[in-house]
Amino acid sequence: MRERIDKARHPVFTRRALMLGGMKAALFATLAGRMYYLQVIEADQYRMQADENRINLRLLAPPRGRVLDRHGLAVATNRQNFRVVIVPEQTRSVEATLDRLNAIVPVSDHERARVLREAARKRSFVPISVVENLTWEEFARINIRSPELPGIQLDVGETRDYPFGDDLAHTVGYVAPVSEEDLKAGDGDPLLELPGFRVGKRGIERSFEARLRGVAGNQRVEVNAFGRVIRELSRTEGHPGEDLHLTIDARLQHECMSALGGESASAVVMDVETGDVLAMVSSPSFDPNAFNVGLSSADWRALSSNTRKPLTDKSIAGRYPPGSTFKMVVALAAMEAGVAGPSHRIFCNGEHKLGNHTFHCWKRWGHGWVDMLEAITQSCDIWFYDVAKRVGVNRIATMAERLGMGQTLLPDVSGESAGLVPTADWKEAAIGEPWQQGETLILGIGQGFILTTPLQLATMTARIANGRVAVMPRIVRGRAIAEPKPLGIPEDHLKHVRLGMDMVVNGERGTARQHQIRDENWDMAGKTGTAQVRRISRAEREAGVKKNEDLEWRSRDHALFVAYAPLDRPRYAVAVVIEHGGSGSGAAAPVARRIMMEAMRLDPLRQRPVSLADTPGGKI
Amino acid sequence: MAAGARDDAVPVGIGQKLMALNWGMVLVIALVASVGFAMLYSAAGGSIEPWALRQIMRFGMGICLLLVIALIDIRFWMRWAWPIYGVALAMVVAVEFVGSTGMGATRWLSFGPINLQPSEIMKIALILVLARYFHGRSLDETRRFIWLLPPLLLIGMPTLLVLKQPDLGTAMLLAAGGSVILFLAGVRLWKFGFAFVAALAALPVGWSQLHDYQKGRILTFLDPERDPLGAGYHILQSKIALGSGGLAGKGFLQGTQSHLNFLPEMRTDFIFTMLAEEIGMVGGLGLLLLYAIILTYAYVIGVRCRHQFGRLLAVGLASNFFLYVFINVGMVTGLLPVVGVPLPLISYGGTAMLSLLIGFGLILSVSIHRNAEIPRTSN
Repeated sequence: MRERIDKARHPVFTRRALMLGGMKAALFATLAGRMYYLQVIEADQYRMQADENRINLRLLAPPRGRVLDRHGLAVATNRQNFRVVIVPEQTRSVEATLDRLNAIVPVSDHERARVLREAARKRSFVPISVVENLTWEEFARINIRSPELPGIQLDVGETRDYPFGDDLAHTVGYVAPVSEEDLKAGDGDPLLELPGFRVGKRGIERSFEARLRGVAGNQRVEVNAFGRVIRELSRTEGHPGEDLHLTIDARLQHECMSALGGESASAVVMDVETGDVLAMVSSPSFDPNAFNVGLSSADWRALSSNTRKPLTDKSIAGRYPPGSTFKMVVALAAMEAGVAGPSHRIFCNGEHKLGNHTFHCWKRWGHGWVDMLEAITQSCDIWFYDVAKRVGVNRIATMAERLGMGQTLLPDVSGESAGLVPTADWKEAAIGEPWQQGETLILGIGQGFILTTPLQLATMTARIANGRVAVMPRIVRGRAIAEPKPLGIPEDHLKHVRLGMDMVVNGERGTARQHQIRDENWDMAGKTGTAQVRRISRAEREAGVKKNEDLEWRSRDHALFVAYAPLDRPRYAVAVVIEHGGSGSGAAAPVARRIMMEAMRLDPLRQRPVSLADTPGGKI
Repeated sequence: MAAGARDDAVPVGIGQKLMALNWGMVLVIALVASVGFAMLYSAAGGSIEPWALRQIMRFGMGICLLLVIALIDIRFWMRWAWPIYGVALAMVVAVEFVGSTGMGATRWLSFGPINLQPSEIMKIALILVLARYFHGRSLDETRRFIWLLPPLLLIGMPTLLVLKQPDLGTAMLLAAGGSVILFLAGVRLWKFGFAFVAALAALPVGWSQLHDYQKGRILTFLDPERDPLGAGYHILQSKIALGSGGLAGKGFLQGTQSHLNFLPEMRTDFIFTMLAEEIGMVGGLGLLLLYAIILTYAYVIGVRCRHQFGRLLAVGLASNFFLYVFINVGMVTGLLPVVGVPLPLISYGGTAMLSLLIGFGLILSVSIHRNAEIPRTSN
């Protein structure tokens, strides 16, 4: 009985066991198939993903190119940044280590809180910056005592440094952390996404960003799942950024800055032969190093709300009516048009009537009989009203443009203003009103619509002094520049204007005769300008025009002076604009004189200048 | 079989029993365990400390236990099947009240320094008791529904208790392990079909009973990219490790995914991934082959056994072992959801190792005592 039942159960069990075994075999086959799929068919894809997991590409930032002045002095360079970082996993207590560090170099509570915050958030092997920009002495002191500072590591980074501070802030510009716009406008350079990377934000730093930046190197490292670097796999060195040589003479630049004495002003010094800009100063300025380190919002507000506009580069972006410094342009236009020559004489009684308008000379009772030379020397407005009326606005505009106005001159620099040279067509288009003859008269004395930059004034002066070619300013050396075009103004015309400028400074009745340079090798020629910033009403005039000193600063006249030296073989051209400085002769001319003296003092030839053409055997 | 013993006789005495022991199977078990030691050595970055050494010691203890269990007469185990089940059930209940909590589930019982996972013991006890029960049932009885109720209760009680811990994986393993015995005993196939349909119908109800992390695991299984840094991370990294191992692997100790910590749980649940990364598909399939050999040994033992208890016990335990292998490998290759099931004999861990070796001890005991005459209705 028992046997019979067991016999019945056994085949059932065997059958069922075989079924079960078959199912298991099938499931094992499924596993094998799955492994074949993953490890053979999809293997390449997973191999790639495994490499993506473990291999990190790290960028190696190249050292940024330096910016050097014409004598090789560094005006923007990379300074070693001695800093202290802490690696939390290497110390038992971050706080205790910070306490001990604080005994050596001060760590502010604010910094301390930041370090502790970061330490709590980041992986414990990630170094956290504690203090930066230490002096060598502090750095060495920490180094000596490092055994008692667990977790502290010393690190030498690089940071941008501007040794001349605010002297060149506008020209050289500054670097700052990459912004969203930089990223969007970026050329896809991965460096831009590197934490702590800085790009040029203005000036040379910005316009020559591509050359200065260099090319990133990279490093392939193996990392684990927590991001810790296990080993370096390969390394490609990048290319450091190129050095850039400026035409600026940093020492002259500095002298110019101090000559401006903190006024809201600008000065430009140009080589009349080569167009090299030796100094280009805008005052007041700011410290570019502050932008690199990071400006506090209070500092930023102070800078941007300052009425003297330290952030604006007045030398290229400041737009001023040229005032009487424009009179050379009018005289040259008149001679070219043939409407008034050097012998054109006018009687100045202090007034010029046009229709029912009366135009005044700056000298209330008039200059009497004046010709072109006298008109320039004494800056007689009446002569120029008369001549401007004869020449007409369009011919004056053409001459102004030939001398460098109404256009940008430095292709390498952003933020340069073209100024404004008005014509009849311009007014029609821009304002929608026809040109009035009275406006031509005002243009004749450099007032009205016309606006120029100090750089344009310096260029105008350099072209008049040079006489042969239309000198183009440049601030970067070693750039292939196009051969300057001939100026195309007859020497015969120019010499009258130059004589006038000579007399302004050196003549008996010159408006700047007090500022003569008594050195026959470096005697200066120039022209004063006083540009009105407000309209003087008839009522005011009758009540007696107020003196500048009695007006509030914003309403005072701009003071201008343009000059070149030496007289017989010009080498330097200078333009000075002092906003609301009062008069050209009183405020701008002495500054221009001082700058010209400094230019001479710093001139490498010291003695009489030797021009390129003045090589032995050749004479002009 | 061993020389000197008659083919249809039951060996008597330790000497004879040792001779009758299926040493081939013990050897393959040791071989698989050795693969595990090697992987634990690799997981420690090429060091026997801290895992490989402890695992070797546990295995040594386990093998002794295996031999002792194998030598004990199968009738002893049959007699004690009910009490063992009772104790196991009591421990599962005890876990409810005094168990230690880990990973959000109550699973452990502490006896001094020893932490015991009662559900592991229950897996063996359940198979023992079911084999015992069906040994006493004739085929006709087996096919009658009324006789099916006690085993369903035997399976259901521990399953529900474990589910409440909550440990979905173990509960399913218990239910599956028990069902296998019902299947082998000859319960009608349509009943399994009916149970399957019923389970499907209960699925929505079951889903609502699941804990969030359990739902998450299942959702993640269905779509691993759902949360690549969170719950899906494990399975994604596991597939990357496996796939990048390729046919021949990256070399022993050379697995980048495992050694750079991208692979989680590499010495426990995901150890198969590490193996397949370092020694490739060749190694992975080789290990599966060794498992298949162990299974075959157990099947042969079961089929050749002359009593129903031994047959059900051997194939039932073997099936339990198979489930572990399949679920673990299926999980790390992304075929099944992530449930915490270790890879038998390989994964680091004491309780699993011991319970497995106890199971093999029982199978070997069946082998030694396969000719024992055991009446259907004893006692």
